[in-house]
Amino acid sequence: MKNYSYFPGCSSEATAKGLGLSVQAIAKTLDMELIELENWTCCGSTPYGSLSEREAILVAARNLALAEKTGLDMVTPCSSCFVTLYGANLRLKQHPQLMGEVNEALAIINLEYHGEVRVRHLIEVVFNEVTPEVITSKVKRSLNGLKVAPYYGCQMVRPDYGFDDPEFPQSLDILVNSLGGEAVPYPLKNRCCGGSLIISEEGLALGLIRKLLENAVENGAQCIITPCPLCQTNLDAYQSRVNSKFKAHYNLPVLFTSQLIGIALGIDPISLGLNTNIVSPSKMLDYIYKVKQGVESGA
Amino acid sequence: MKSFVDEVVATPGGENIRACIQCGVCTGSCPVANEMEYPPREIIAMIRAGMRNEVLSSNSMWYCLSCYMCTVRCPRGIKPTEIAHTLECLANQQGFRVKGTRTPAMYRSFVSSIKGNGRVHELGMMFRYYMTTNPLAALKMLPVGLKLFLRHRMPLIPKRVKGKEDLSKLIQKFAEIRGSE
Ligand code: SF4
Ligand code: SF4
Repeated sequence: MKNYSYFPGCSSEATAKGLGLSVQAIAKTLDMELIELENWTCCGSTPYGSLSEREAILVAARNLALAEKTGLDMVTPCSSCFVTLYGANLRLKQHPQLMGEVNEALAIINLEYHGEVRVRHLIEVVFNEVTPEVITSKVKRSLNGLKVAPYYGCQMVRPDYGFDDPEFPQSLDILVNSLGGEAVPYPLKNRCCGGSLIISEEGLALGLIRKLLENAVENGAQCIITPCPLCQTNLDAYQSRVNSKFKAHYNLPVLFTSQLIGIALGIDPISLGLNTNIVSPSKMLDYIYKVKQGVESGA
Repeated sequence: MKSFVDEVVATPGGENIRACIQCGVCTGSCPVANEMEYPPREIIAMIRAGMRNEVLSSNSMWYCLSCYMCTVRCPRGIKPTEIAHTLECLANQQGFRVKGTRTPAMYRSFVSSIKGNGRVHELGMMFRYYMTTNPLAALKMLPVGLKLFLRHRMPLIPKRVKGKEDLSKLIQKFAEIRGSE
């Protein structure tokens, strides 16, 4: 069992509840001890950085300083928190003057940051430390060739923080295959879903979401998986808006990567928060469970 | 007063802007270039030409999705994404008001939710956003909100966050430090 300082991010307790629940549910089985960072706040977020760049770095620095005290790697399941925290960490290290000002302010709440935290994306840890081979050995319910479109989104592989190729990422494809699923070719796998502009520029974002759904369906996917809370919400909760705007009939479940891993590890759907998914995943679950049953009864 | 290009160069992420060769890879990679008054390549040329008012009152940076495609592809190591964030900050701080985009109002609602609660509370944030922009548009969004609520994804009351007071103190102190420079 390895310990990590766990930074859930705001959305994994709310709009992306299925993410928070499923990550907690799979961690133990994968020998990860996720110790929630005490008193964490918003990571610093892109909207914050768009109004006040330095203040957003300050907010990130408070979380980084708290994590530094634990001496553990800081792991977050949220792709957007990952980019914010990793980016702020980098900036602070590159700009000693900024680091000085930030530390002067942190002193008032008895914190200090030395730039020593390693910020990591949960999927990177699962991929590099747990490894797909070990996951395969723990699979209790193979996905039986379920066709999955692996959707990376922008923030896990870009900017280029070195985990996976920013243009042709492979990690999620390999993870899907390690669960007995089949990662279908998905040319748009790293294109943008519109992010938070779904709120302010809905029409624009719906157009991007439609392309992502279309591309997955064209390639025969029975579901999409993504690690990112924004992507999941846009593709799942706004799928009905896409249908009404474009007179389409998409009915494609969108799961968190951790939910799909959990299914294969044999964890029950409720613990994985599958009841919080808006497009019902029941058909694909039937597929996974029934094929399995068929094999058992046939044996 | 600093020239506009120096102002951008001095911000985190704006350092390399003078190295731009105007190749247009950023614009070609941008999923929202068509929506922008001036796409990324043009914005960079305009910054270098000192066109402060035109740049800061445009809608371009507010359309940026922070997808980082331009940033990973730029052959000169320029980060148009970071430049977009910088321009948003400058426009916001210098009081430029942009017509035809509600993104600044959305970001403001988001940040005040963070300052008030320590974390984002979506419902409160959305409420503030629709009240300051177009309350009627909220009706259109009700079905999505309701679906999220019924799936336990839209808490009505913000969670009490223990770090909240510390965060307020910290932000206030930082403003004093930067203000006294
Ligand atoms: S890709 Fe880079 S060098 Fe080319 S125009 Fe854009 S910023 Fe300039
Ligand atoms: S980061 Fe912004 S400017 Fe760059 S390609 Fe994406 S949307 Fe366009």
